[in-house]
Amino acid sequence: MSWWLRDSWQMINRNLIHIRRTPELLLDVTLTPVMFVLLFSLVFGGAITIPGVDYTSYLMAGIFVQTIAFAGVYTSVLLANDLKNGMIDRFRSLPISQSSVLVGRTVTDLMRALLAVAIMWVVGLLVGFRPEGGLVASVAAIALMLLFGFALSWIGVAAGSLVRTPEALQGIIFAVVFPLTFVSSAFVDPASMPDWLGWFAERQPMTLVIDAVRNLTLTGEPGPAFVPALLWSVVPLLIFFPLGFWAYNRRTTQ
Amino acid sequence: MIEAAGLHKSFGDTHALRGLDLSADEGTILGVLGPNGAGKTTAVRVLTTLSRPDAGRASVAGIDVLRHPDEARRRIGVAGQYASLDELLTGRENLRMIGRLYRLDPDTAARRTDELIERFELTDAADRPVRTYSGGMRRRLDLGAALISQPPVIFLDEPTTGLDPKGRLGMWELIADLARGGTTLLMTTQYLEEADRLADDIAVIDHGRVIARGTADALKRQVGGERLEVTLSEASSVADAERVLATIGEGAPHADAEARRVSVAITTHDSILTRAIRELDAAGVHVDDIGFRRPTLDEVFLSLTGRPAEETPEPVEVPA
Repeated sequence: MSWWLRDSWQMINRNLIHIRRTPELLLDVTLTPVMFVLLFSLVFGGAITIPGVDYTSYLMAGIFVQTIAFAGVYTSVLLANDLKNGMIDRFRSLPISQSSVLVGRTVTDLMRALLAVAIMWVVGLLVGFRPEGGLVASVAAIALMLLFGFALSWIGVAAGSLVRTPEALQGIIFAVVFPLTFVSSAFVDPASMPDWLGWFAERQPMTLVIDAVRNLTLTGEPGPAFVPALLWSVVPLLIFFPLGFWAYNRRTTQ
Repeated sequence: MIEAAGLHKSFGDTHALRGLDLSADEGTILGVLGPNGAGKTTAVRVLTTLSRPDAGRASVAGIDVLRHPDEARRRIGVAGQYASLDELLTGRENLRMIGRLYRLDPDTAARRTDELIERFELTDAADRPVRTYSGGMRRRLDLGAALISQPPVIFLDEPTTGLDPKGRLGMWELIADLARGGTTLLMTTQYLEEADRLADDIAVIDHGRVIARGTADALKRQVGGERLEVTLSEASSVADAERVLATIGEGAPHADAEARRVSVAITTHDSILTRAIRELDAAGVHVDDIGFRRPTLDEVFLSLTGRPAEETPEPVEVPA
């Protein structure tokens, strides 16, 4: 156990050095979400009205979860890169607990997600985000999104182990995650969509997580979406944690 | 120290290994020689726990690699094409990280890192990211990574591929040094000169199987003994030279008209040179160069496989 922790720390440390050396690796969790906050709040904010709530406050939950979702699945690209460039082979030739490679990767990505939330929170406050739900509810909301992101990271581990090229993943991620964030309650009320699309938008996991986060941050109440959102985080994690290990082991012992 | 027996490994329809046997004694260098796609890399990947064979046994330093991969990993160092270094970390950070992952305590990892950086002449570059390194520096650092925990067995996969002649000579010295220090090495290469120069024992592999093994000298003898070789001034005198050499050596001479070279097998040095020069001169053949020559490993490979060692262009071996 203690070796496992130490090995994992070495992996995290390596990932953190990467971030320090190439800060542009953080753009997707810093600049991009800030841009989204500003664009939607200042550009679309005037045109979109959500009854009963200020648009910027409504919007923030959506951008939080969107950013965390992208950061989570991006684990797959970073892992696929290491598989491609031979670093994983190096690690496999060492007497380490092999799971530390994956734990190091996903925990670093969790830290990236936390950084993203912190930055967006501050920028959100500047443009009118009012989390009136209180401290405890805000912490719960952040914990819920990070859990959701962590589950997506493990889906990313499985995906990254299965594909041959990191480049292929970028396209897949964009094609899957981008529409899911828009066909949700992130930026507009699903009730405004065509019936069939709204039906899907109201029930898909991103909406549930967004609604739970929105309820917690704005009202302090978990709301009806909280339990489903929690399930959509815990169940995938329980499935993909072992599945990610399995896919990775299969890939690396061929 | 290194034992592999009957290794089989297929990737789909590609049979990378078909009953490969290898062995190396303590403190020796085993050269594994073969063209690209012969199965060299797959063999190293099996012995270093990176790949599981479909059949066969493998052990390193007395540890069964397949049954106790973790135990085996403690006793090996790996350097080469595939186990790579982190491009964004500095040379020092790479070595320290790998040292720590070998479970050295922080002080020992740092001390070993400093020693290796100095020994491999990387002092000036130690705190620069590896992506700024030249090919030669990279290979040296890579070898350093393999040595950090002072393992008894080292695997080097094509340690000088892509290096310039100076870098290659430097690597050769380091490798020879290691073997003198008692480390057992397995080194794959496609350069015959490299195997000839460094390896105590050579296994020639082709199509996933060992097709010949022995010392460089034994392999050369297997192809045939010494030859008398003459380089002519004019291509027109090739036929005359062949006639003369046929009376001096054993069997039919071999002529390469384009290179203006004629050679013949010999069994003795006795007065051969003087006779050859005198009789060639009498036949009106002008000679640029004349001498005894032993076969190169290139010729060994050619005679064993029917094709030159470096003819096949890079069919990339399935890496993972």
